[in-house]
Amino acid sequence: MKDASPRTLLHNLPVESYVVAFTVVLWLILAVTAPNFLTGDNISNMMRQVSISGIIAIGVLCTIIIAGIDLSVGSVAAFCGVLVAQLLSHGLDVPLAIVLTLAAGILIGALNALSVGKLGIPAFIVTLAGLQVYRGLALLISGGMTVGGLPPGIKEFARGSLFHIPNLFLTLLAVAIIVHYFLSFTRTGRYLYALGSNSEATRRLGIPVFRITLIAYVLCSGLATLAGILLVSRLSVASPSMGNAYELQAIAAVVVGGASLFGGRGTVLGTVAGAILFTTMSNGAVLLDVDPFWEMVLEGLLIALVVYLDNLQKKRLSGV
Amino acid sequence: MGNVLEVKGIRKSFGPVEALRGVDLTLQSGEVLALVGDNGAGKSTLIKHIAGVYRPDSGEIRLDGRKLDLLSPAAARDLGIETVFQDLALADDLSVGANIFLGREPTRRWLGILPYIDNGLIREETAGLLKRLNSHVPGKAKSVARLSGGQRQAVAIARAIYWKAKVVIMDEPTAALAVMERQNVIKYARELAASGAGVIYIGHNLVEILDVADRIAVMFRGAIVHTTTAGETSQETLIKYMTGYHDKQAGAQRPEQEREKRHV
Ligand SMILES: Nc1ncnc2c1ncn2[C@@H]1O[C@H](COP(=O)(O)OP(=O)(O)O)[C@@H](O)[C@H]1O
Ligand SMILES: [Mg+2]
Repeated sequence: MKDASPRTLLHNLPVESYVVAFTVVLWLILAVTAPNFLTGDNISNMMRQVSISGIIAIGVLCTIIIAGIDLSVGSVAAFCGVLVAQLLSHGLDVPLAIVLTLAAGILIGALNALSVGKLGIPAFIVTLAGLQVYRGLALLISGGMTVGGLPPGIKEFARGSLFHIPNLFLTLLAVAIIVHYFLSFTRTGRYLYALGSNSEATRRLGIPVFRITLIAYVLCSGLATLAGILLVSRLSVASPSMGNAYELQAIAAVVVGGASLFGGRGTVLGTVAGAILFTTMSNGAVLLDVDPFWEMVLEGLLIALVVYLDNLQKKRLSGV
Repeated sequence: MGNVLEVKGIRKSFGPVEALRGVDLTLQSGEVLALVGDNGAGKSTLIKHIAGVYRPDSGEIRLDGRKLDLLSPAAARDLGIETVFQDLALADDLSVGANIFLGREPTRRWLGILPYIDNGLIREETAGLLKRLNSHVPGKAKSVARLSGGQRQAVAIARAIYWKAKVVIMDEPTAALAVMERQNVIKYARELAASGAGVIYIGHNLVEILDVADRIAVMFRGAIVHTTTAGETSQETLIKYMTGYHDKQAGAQRPEQEREKRHV
């Protein structure tokens, strides 16, 4: 306001601007150093790649805003991916198979919310259990094998595009716009932030806290399910081992995008930017022939740095 | 103005602990009633009954003469009972305006369909309220996290004023504040009463209590043992009742009445 020193100016910049700036710099570097980076093929490949991780991350964002977490999203994507493939290979219509699978995903989210909100089990524990359970179920219903023989309709979706923009990326955009509208413009969306900020105050104001929790976890599992279906479309088959470690990528994207693991903060824009950053990093690593192990180390360090900064900020705020 | 709130014979036990042993209390519109008492006297328990957090084991609470059958803090709030809790009920990551309107956001519709929160209206109303409280709260701050304790009080009180609360409960509002800011909170409490609310003010600092209150009720071990107007009492008298010293001195069955007679 009155005080416009460079320091406060930096503080007042939205957190997302850092990750956006960082990503743009990375793009510029890659554009110069990796000859294949700016080709149409590579860009549409990256768009497809970021779509699935971005959709999952947007779901995880909702749980992190309410000061929860969902570690089960990778396994849920795999389980629901295998589920939709099994339904399809048993001759169900594509729309019916998708609706049934989404219903399963919503049920998973509701179970998570019940365990967290009604039984009072920490979200970390509930969804860590889920990470194991749904991976196990994916292996069970697939017999540990890849499920193939899918109708062409489901495969074509991921290959298709509209005005050169892949369908998958358009799906991400639609999800991002809808969830952004929900979080930033609706009352329920605002209550997610309130709950994550101060759950006791939120309860005292008469806001239905369990309903908010339910919405967050159902959105998260629902979006993980959608991502699982899209993954099957992209791979043309369903494998029980797909989506491995996606929960970590998603959390990383959310946190790098400016959300706080303490709850109350985080945006769709930042999350999508975070997902794009990680996709760019792994894409760049491939193009530049960087050892993928080094890529993992770098990503891990980046996450550690961001969480450290988040902690620091929280301390500074509560110290005032 | 008449009694906006009447508490009659409220009793409450937590297991073996008798936290309230039959409390009677009246509150008028436009007055600040201070509630004092030692730690554990039952002040917080009493106001939590009024705020709909607890239900009494027996006894009743009347608002505007009508019996309250409160099921929740939300129900109490809907009826016009606002609480500025000891541990402030603000959502740190939300803006000043979002906090004032939390749970009651005004909405509009895009093209008559898609609802959205009317942030323009919230900003406008917030600016007006903060000006009225003369509180120096930066109304445009993105979150209330960096506001001082006094500024946070101002936000909570602005909320009560805006929603035209009939009864406002302030539980140790100055406990964590700097001296200058305490003075502001006293001003806000008076401003609230001037706006027509009945204010119940819980505090420890008797100088402050004598300054802010119209009337003072003293609690001791789960009962109100003394009620007086601020002008007619002193710190010494209040302390006697707060510590139960008067009880021993009088040794009577109903010490408060005897004491009253001697004082008048
Ligand atoms: N939820 C509770 N469970 C058990 N005991 C309680 C509870 N709340 C208050 N008490 C007891 O009731 C008595 C009154 O407490 P409280 O109303 O907090 O007093 P005050 O606010 O005047 O310090 C104390 O003995 C306290 O330990
Ligand atoms: Mg207390």
